[in-house]
Order: sequence, then C-alpha cells, then structure tokens
Amino acid sequence: MSEIISKLKEANLLGRGGANFPVWQKWEAALKASDSEKYIICNGAEGEPDVYKDEYIIRNYPSDLIDGIAIAIRELSAKRAYIYLNHSYFDKYKDILIELIGALPIEVIAKGKGYIAGEETAICNFIEKGFAVPRQKPPFISDSGLWGKPTLLNNVETFYYVSKVNKGEYNNQRFISVNGDTANAGTFELSNSLTIEDMLRGTNNYPDFDFFVQVGGGAEGLIMLPSELNVSLSGCGAIKIFNKETTDVFALMEYWADFLNCGNCDKCVPCREGVYRIYEMVKNRDIDKEKLFDLFNVLEKTSFCALGRGVSGPFRSLILKLNFEKYGKEEH
Amino acid sequence: MEKKSIKITINGKEISCFEGQKILEVAIENGIDIPNLCYHSDLEPKASCRLCIVEIVGRRGYQTSCSTNAEDGMVVNTENEEISKLRKTNLELIFSQHNEKCNDCIKSEDCRMLHLAQKYDVNISRFSDRKKDFPEMNFGPSIYFDSSKCIDCKNCVEVCAKQNVKFLEVREEGAFFQICPSQNKNRDCVYCGQCVVHCPTGALQEVDSIKDVEEAMRDANKTVVFQIAPAVRTSIGEEFGMGYGAVATEKIAAGIRKIGIENVFDVSVAADIVTMEEASELIERVSSGGVLPMFTSCCPAWVKYLEFYHPELIPNLTSVRSPQVLFGGLTKTFWATQQEIDPKNIFVVSIMPCTAKKYEIKRKENLVDGLDPVDAVLTTHELACLLKKNGVDLKNIEPEALTPLWGDATGAGIIYGTSGGVTESALRTAVYKLTGKNPETLEFCAVRGLQESKEASVKIGDLTLSVAVVNGLSNAEKLIEKIKENPSLYHYIEVMACPGGCIGGGGQPVPTDSKIRKLRAEGLYKIDQGKKKRLAHESEFVKEIYNDYLNNKENIHKICHTKYGKKEKENSF
Repeated sequence: MSEIISKLKEANLLGRGGANFPVWQKWEAALKASDSEKYIICNGAEGEPDVYKDEYIIRNYPSDLIDGIAIAIRELSAKRAYIYLNHSYFDKYKDILIELIGALPIEVIAKGKGYIAGEETAICNFIEKGFAVPRQKPPFISDSGLWGKPTLLNNVETFYYVSKVNKGEYNNQRFISVNGDTANAGTFELSNSLTIEDMLRGTNNYPDFDFFVQVGGGAEGLIMLPSELNVSLSGCGAIKIFNKETTDVFALMEYWADFLNCGNCDKCVPCREGVYRIYEMVKNRDIDKEKLFDLFNVLEKTSFCALGRGVSGPFRSLILKLNFEKYGKEEH
Repeated sequence: MEKKSIKITINGKEISCFEGQKILEVAIENGIDIPNLCYHSDLEPKASCRLCIVEIVGRRGYQTSCSTNAEDGMVVNTENEEISKLRKTNLELIFSQHNEKCNDCIKSEDCRMLHLAQKYDVNISRFSDRKKDFPEMNFGPSIYFDSSKCIDCKNCVEVCAKQNVKFLEVREEGAFFQICPSQNKNRDCVYCGQCVVHCPTGALQEVDSIKDVEEAMRDANKTVVFQIAPAVRTSIGEEFGMGYGAVATEKIAAGIRKIGIENVFDVSVAADIVTMEEASELIERVSSGGVLPMFTSCCPAWVKYLEFYHPELIPNLTSVRSPQVLFGGLTKTFWATQQEIDPKNIFVVSIMPCTAKKYEIKRKENLVDGLDPVDAVLTTHELACLLKKNGVDLKNIEPEALTPLWGDATGAGIIYGTSGGVTESALRTAVYKLTGKNPETLEFCAVRGLQESKEASVKIGDLTLSVAVVNGLSNAEKLIEKIKENPSLYHYIEVMACPGGCIGGGGQPVPTDSKIRKLRAEGLYKIDQGKKKRLAHESEFVKEIYNDYLNNKENIHKICHTKYGKKEKENSF
C-alpha cells in the first residue's frame, strides 16, 4: 500500500460528501484500476440547501484544497483533475483557484443544473455530454467514470483533509455549517468525536426554546429532536435549527418537496412521479397517509440513485417525530 | 471472442446463459415473464420504469433485471409480496402520467400497460392525470405524438438519435423534463417511425389513415384498390398469432376481399419495374460518367434525410420512383384505361410497413396527370386493425390469390422488403443487361443479412461494380462521410432507414426486434427461393408493360421517374 493511502487508512478519513465512505478504499480502487488514463473530480457542487461548509473551505483554505487534489494527481498519475463548482462558487472563486492551480493539470468548471447534478455519475455525464443524469452502477466510477476511465471523486472537504493527513495535521475534525433559528449561524471546524448536542453547545447554538434540527442537509437531512442529539454526526456536515413553536411544518415539507421535485433528473418513475405527488399532497395540505407511505416505499426501494432513495428520509422522520397532524394545534 | 457459459437460477429453475447477458434478457429467452416497459433489446438498458426489479439472493434491496449482469451461480427471484406491491405503486405512478384514451388508441388492443395493470391489480386512476392538458401533434402526415400518453421512457429520443436525426429531444419545462420535437431549425423528422415501434405506449403512433380509407370504401363512385408492399406479407401474421415471419400473402388477399375490396395488387410487381429502371440508370451513369455513387430512393425516410440533411448529395439519388408510387401511377393510367374507369374515381390504398410512405404519397413531384398516384397508406399495423375491426381473422382464413391481372411478382421484387434486397435484384438484372446472360448464382450473399453495413464487388464482364448496402440512418451517415472522403469507392449504394430494411419498418407490428426482423427477412427469402421466376427482367408482366405502355420516353418518365429538392424544416411547433 502506498504511503498516502496508508496514511488515509490510519487516519480513518471518511468521505465528507455525506456517504461516509472510507477515503483510502476509493483511492486504492482507482489506483488499482488497470487503465492508466485516470481522472480526478473534486466535487464542490454543494447543491443541498443549508450546506455551505465547502464554500467556507474554498474561501479560507484554497491552497490546502488544491494541495489535496495535487496529492491525488501524483498518486494516480492522473491525466487531469476537475474542480466542479456550483455557479455561485464558480463565479466567486474561479479566479483565485486558477491562480493557485498554476501549471497543475486542474480545470475549474461550473456545475450542471439541478440538485442531481451533484451526484457523481451525473457529474461524469455532465462533463462528458452536458447532461446531468445519473448512470447505472456498477460499473463504479473508480473503474469506469469520466470517458469510461478510472475516476476518483471526493468532496471539497475531503481533499482539504487529505492535505492535512499528508502533512500530519489531521486531528479527526470536520466542518459543520449551522443555521436556522439561531443568532450564531456559521461554519465551524469541530472534533468528529463530539455529539451533535456538544457541537451546538460548543458553538453557542444550542437553543433556549423548544426546537428540532435537520441534520445532514436542508433537503434530505433527517429531523432529530433535542432528546436524540447525544450522538455523533454522520453524513454531510450541516445542522439547521428550527423553533418548534414558530415553524410551519407544512411549509417546510413543501419547501423540501419543491426543491426535490425541481432538482431531480426525472429519469426513474418513483422519483419523477413520486416526488411530484408528495409535492402535490403537501402543497395542497391534503395528505393521504396510505398513498404517502406507498410513495416512500417505492422511492426507498426502487429509485435509480441515492437522491431518490433519500427523499423519504426527512418526511418520514418529521412525520414520525413531530406528530405532524396535530402539530401547531397542541397546547403549549 | 467466445462468450463464457454460466448458470443462474431464476425462480428455482437452473438456466444456462452467457457471461455479460442481463438477467432480463436471460429471463425473456427462457420464457420467464418479468414485467417491463422501458426495456427494448435494440437499445441500451435505461432502468427507468423500475418494473423489472428482482431479488438477488445475497444482495441488499432489489435490482433492475434489465441492467444487472447475470453472474455464475446467481439466484434470482422475480416475484414476492413486496415486489408485487412496489410494482403496483410504480404502475400507478406510470398511469398517473399517462392520460388514458383507450377507446381510440390504436394500441389498446394489445396494450402492455393494461396487461400489467390487470396482473398487479392496479388502480389506474389512483393519482390524477398529470399530463391531461399536454399537447397532441402530428409530424408531417406520418407520425402522431400524443404527449399526454408519454411515460418518459425516452426510448424514442434514443432511437431518434440512433438514426442520427435527433428530432425528438428532452427539454426542461418547469419542474419536469419532457419529450418534445426539436426547435432547432437544422433538425427535422424524416418520418421513419422507429420511435413508433420502440414506444411502449400509444403516445407515438402512425397518423391514422383508416378513416380516410373507410370513407373511400363507402363512396359508391370510388373504385378502391389495395396494393401490398413486399415486407407486409411476412409480418402481418404476427398480429393474428401466426408466429414471426409467417408468410401470409394470400391470406392478406383473402382478408381484404372479405372487407369488400376486390382488387388486391402486389407492389412487388412494380418493384420489378423499379429494378429494370434502376439497372438501366446505373449502367447509364457508369458508362457515361454520370454522378456516382448512385443512391437508391425506394425509402422515403432516407430520401427526406438526404434532402434535409445532405441536399448536396441529391444528384446521387436515382430518379426512379419508389414501387408504390410507380404502381399507383400505372393503376391510374394503364389499368384505368384498360378497365374504362375515370382515374379520378380510383382510390389507391398502399399497405406499407412504413410511416414515411404516408409522407411520400403527398409529394407533388409524383403527380401523374394531376393526380396523386396513391391516395392513402395504411401501415401493416393499421391493416391488421382494419381487418380485426371487421371481424377478419387472417390465421383462420382460406388463402386467395392476389389479383392475377398484373402477373406474378418475381422473387426479385419480393426481397425488396429486406436490407440488400433492392441491390440483389438490381445486380441480377444488371448482369443480364450488361452481358446478355443471367448470373450463375442468383444469391448475392454478401449483401444479405441484417448487419448494419455490407459491401460487395461484383465482376460483370470487364466492369467491377462496387456496391454498399446500409440500413439505419446513422450507418448511412457514416457511409456519406466515407464517400465524401473518397467519392469513387462505390458505384451503387442502397440505403434503408430502418434496421434490417422494411421488415423492421416504423409501420410494422410491435414488438419489432432483431430476432423478429431476422425471421421476417427469412420469410421473404423463402418466398424468393420458391419462385419460378426470380429475375425482374423475366417477369411476363414486365415484358408486357414495356411492350404495351412503357414503350415511349414520355410514359416512362411520367410513371417511373421523379425529382428531388432541398427541404426546409417541415415540423415546427
């Protein structure tokens, strides 16, 4: 095993895009792939609402980010790397990134439209054909990604920490963006071993009112109650705080449903039609629970990609935990 | 490379298959039914309808069988209670985007969606119709697209791109991507109808001409004649459970008589005349330094493709009319005089495997004495519908001969229906015309078969004739690129827009796939094999007509030849 891959394994660095996949395994798979022409993608799509930790890193630590990508280029003898950014980040940071990239074979490109355009195989399709639709897996991109070549894709934060791991400066940290009903919103670098509750308290974000949080992103993140926060954070580093008394949960669900309905790729039936029907029910404030749960089932069990499989998460957890039919009608 | 043989188990049954085959493919080959809508063996698996999910022992969740490779030792179950429930819900969602208009849908007789709805106890109106206000539109006089029935499988978009036409495309409208005709002025429908035969619903159909034909049949002043294309005879039986590739020529004649039409002509007879004219034109071009290579023009989708996408190559097209148009012209002149009928009162109906033929008959370049040679085109599929509507079952009907007046078509005229057939017919006759002798073997095997591109060199006297045969328009495009680089590569090029030629045409019965196309083609070669006369120039009728009517330049020109011109976009929405 190569030096950097050993280091990544030892550091137990997990991917920070949300799936928590061990980074060293991705690197090793791409390294071992037989085709010698290899590509690297740094995913800075950050397309989910209420997540902006990657922007924080690009703004504050662009050299470390590029160092992480450069390490991957060297390790894989990659032909080229792409920094894939949503339009806002592309406009704001491309100049500084290009300056720092210098002669390295790294290209900065703007993301395709829609939330789905952040999914790894959709990114490959977008870079190749300008059309962000996911691909069937397997093959995994480590074997057959961009132009059918072995491709290593990591999130912005992951590449940042690759640089830290390489320098021996990684101390099991992660970046968390916190927002919502709080005066102290921001992005914080925190120890991975903290519980969510400690993260909120340590950043002066723990509310003094009855609340709930959405953890892992403002569309597909799960709803958690104050009593459930004594666990570490898995998934994407984002926590949104909601004041239980003042939050209109129907409006919240409508926001998710609208975002997902517009942001999906419309390829498969459960996601294209199922999400639309969830949106319709929530928007009309007229929920047929049997229909809704049938839709959750087909989304979870038959969707083409992870976006579709993840749709039901926030709705299920909200409905389960907030007793939503009586929500707002209870005596406080 | 030889494929490795492996074994998998589906629903407890051990099955041998090959590495690299998809599970669904293996199931279909072994008669195991796994529900599916977006799958078509001609196309890449899209795995978008999600109906073909199966359980693979040892794997988490469910996998779509259309897109998952069979692996040695794999154990697959295609049904369980949960799978049924998931299929039911996904079908309800598919129906929610499909505006049911079953009463006037040409596919409702054998609708795959309805079959599945019955099987999985689907409430087809559980969700309101999302697309009920979506538009209907016609592409030329050929193809009808009802976007309110579209289930977004995108097979049509893929097949249109595969044809290098790219007229159907995906466009973002609000929260959805939907299938739309292109607004790009450089892209237009060529009417090949491959979208129709690859559509799992009735969203894409031929433009309905049955009503026009019925109206003419009711009109006491009209003499209605039907003329049958070569490729129809080995496909229409499929609509009546006769099996793929079954020869039904005389059953078609009997069926049409049953609905009250006495005159049933065989377009293959006219194909023999086309062969005579094309062989002469080719020899003329080769010997006098004319424009080469000469392209065939029997396929109207190919002609439109060339006129729209490559007008610079129009001079390469043979000026000979297609068999149906040529025959319609003869019917309204020669036959009309013979029968003492005013040609204005003759209504010619072509039965074609093709949607583009509906477009071809509207071309004003083809008028004969001010009349359209052909008045209506019914696809193979439409004829089957018309017969069924009138209670005619071809499977159980007593065969009857076609109208004998025109003589019997030669085998050369029959094989026009499959890729390579036009070339083979032309070669058989060109050899005779150049040497005065028939070729030693009549089977020009190099141009046979369903492969996308074929070529042959044929030595005729001192001349070596180089021919190329392609089917599928992207293959034609590749060939065009090749001859642009080297214009002297070929003398003669046959192009058919549809895979396998007319036997795979856009008006043929559904399903159409490579195995079915092969059987339909074999049916035609079998007819050819069994014919006493297999060369166009030996047809008694051909001899007669050249003697009696096509005996002067004026008549030959009027009936047999036409011209082409650059086309602007015809379908803007």
